[in-house]
Amino acid sequence: MTDTTPKPNNAAQAGTDHAAIDEDITLRQEVSGFGAILRTQPFWVFVAILFIGLVMSFVSDAFMTERNMFNITRNMAFFGIMALGMSAVICTAGIDLSVGSLLGLCAITLGLTMQAGFGIGAGFVVCMLTAAVVGLINGILIAYLKMAPFVVTLGMLAMARSIAMVISNNKMIYEFGPDMDLFEWIGGESVLGIPNVVWVLAILTGVFWWVWKFSTWGRWVVAIGGNAQAAKLAGIPVERMIVSVYVVCSLCTGLAAFMFIGYTGSATNGMGATYELNVIAATVIGGANLMGGVVYAFGASIGAALVELIRNSLLLAGIPALWQQFFVGLFLILAVLLEQIRNRGGK
Amino acid sequence: MSLLELDNITKSFGAIHALSKVSLTIQPGEAVGLMGDNGAGKSTLMKIIAGNFMPSSGEIRIENKPVAFHKPIDARNAGIEIVYQDLALCDNLTAGANVFLGRELKRKFGPISMLDYPAMYKRAGELFAELKSETRPRDLVRQMSGGQRQAVAIARTRLSDPKLVLMDEPTAAISVRQVAEVLALIKRLKETGHAVVLVSHRMPDVFDVCDRVAVLRRGTKVADKPIKETSPEEVTGLIIGAIEAA
Ligand SMILES: Nc1ncnc2c1ncn2[C@@H]1O[C@H](COP(=O)(O)OP(=O)(O)OP(=O)(O)O)[C@@H](O)[C@H]1O
Ligand SMILES: [Mg+2]
Repeated sequence: MTDTTPKPNNAAQAGTDHAAIDEDITLRQEVSGFGAILRTQPFWVFVAILFIGLVMSFVSDAFMTERNMFNITRNMAFFGIMALGMSAVICTAGIDLSVGSLLGLCAITLGLTMQAGFGIGAGFVVCMLTAAVVGLINGILIAYLKMAPFVVTLGMLAMARSIAMVISNNKMIYEFGPDMDLFEWIGGESVLGIPNVVWVLAILTGVFWWVWKFSTWGRWVVAIGGNAQAAKLAGIPVERMIVSVYVVCSLCTGLAAFMFIGYTGSATNGMGATYELNVIAATVIGGANLMGGVVYAFGASIGAALVELIRNSLLLAGIPALWQQFFVGLFLILAVLLEQIRNRGGK
Repeated sequence: MSLLELDNITKSFGAIHALSKVSLTIQPGEAVGLMGDNGAGKSTLMKIIAGNFMPSSGEIRIENKPVAFHKPIDARNAGIEIVYQDLALCDNLTAGANVFLGRELKRKFGPISMLDYPAMYKRAGELFAELKSETRPRDLVRQMSGGQRQAVAIARTRLSDPKLVLMDEPTAAISVRQVAEVLALIKRLKETGHAVVLVSHRMPDVFDVCDRVAVLRRGTKVADKPIKETSPEEVTGLIIGAIEAA
């Protein structure tokens, strides 16, 4: 929606020359180009990131080093991948609290598969299947049984974690069979100086950008978030769409789990605990609206980047790690406040 | 052959009897006004024809064939389009996106198909121009006036070539000029062989464009007459119950 040039207001001639202004009206749009970008939340969060980065480069010499940038981008990428999926869920005015537990469950199913001597392909399939099943259960309960997303996914948070504990027998897995080296390379190494997981996030962000802008699926998800009733009346299969959204969210978590286990080189059933908070925070900071109907592909990465930046900055500035969650929470509230103010100003 | 026949349609919502034994026939190319007080059951009847509700009892026939609409899409496939009273738009999408919601135009590149923005905005712009509405296809519906929203809802019905267009109070929220345009549109629809059911509280609109008027009172049809054989006074009497039936 950036292909228009502002045209002068021709309303005064409206009564006289319809054909001429009709063409004009068709091409016109409220805001265009850079103005539209200025209005988005991700843009302002991005500005905040640059600002914090600037301040930090004075505060700590270690901040602007290649090593530190590498760490920040790698750490944020895991959350960013999960936040991309969460954005879809939140766009439908839903929520998925089970992503942290799902990460733990995926870690265990994946770990057990590879530990048993299966290759990396089998490990990946099992990991994604685990995610798909969990997403499917969430989605079906929410879409067809009309249960509240908060309750369903809270239940799933407890159940997925518990199952991870049961099937892992509460043991840690650090042996990943014949493809262990490749597996750990994928999650932990880099190509052209950029961590693999960041590549994955970048590609996935591009894919989601395209999906939100150009695919029917994306359009319908946004429509459902705006007015599910109207979407239904327009013939959109709302229930099936909602199920698919929860599956997509879970698959993103599955992919993050696959990379994350490779990176850490071990799988425990406690992995991902409380991650849902950071993922939801990243998504909301990135501009998602819990009331639904708003989604930005870049918001997920930008929100995740801010959350990770806060963590990293506190560390380098010598502020006790105990303050971390305080600042994540503070920025979350500020982000929502910013949105409120922008909405009021824009009306 | 009648386009649409409603045969003893009854609809109850729990204890509320919204419609009782309503029969109505619509010929191809005919415009029928449906009038009645608030809560008379007009919208309920429209929604039954449009596939939002199943009737509690009674039969719907299209061109003599009995049909059962389980979903709005069934009715649309049978050639019925509707403008809902509450318009049913997505505020967070553009006018153009709303017009094409659920039947987006796509471009295909091999296995990948993507939304065709230029084509959709162009067509939406043409439809708005037809309606003489200053609605910009790229604007968000959230920022739109009542009349513009109405134009979006009406434009939706023009995407296909329906046999029957149901309009539930299409002129309730719009300016004088736009009322004239909507009425002109209804006349054009008639000329091109489309049937229209116009639900309205505005007597002049109904007498201007409709061939027939049917009156509902508390869920029962109390009158069904050619416009030429009735008068606004009689219809008013029928609506409020001063005249029992005609
Ligand atoms: N979904 C529903 N559930 C329960 N009752 C309903 C429902 N829809 C309509 N009703 C009831 O059915 C009756 C008829 O309502 P309807 O909306 O058809 O009236 P109407 O003639 O369109 O009125 P108005 O002129 O105000 O639009 C009312 O008593 C209303 O409360
Ligand atoms: Mg009504």
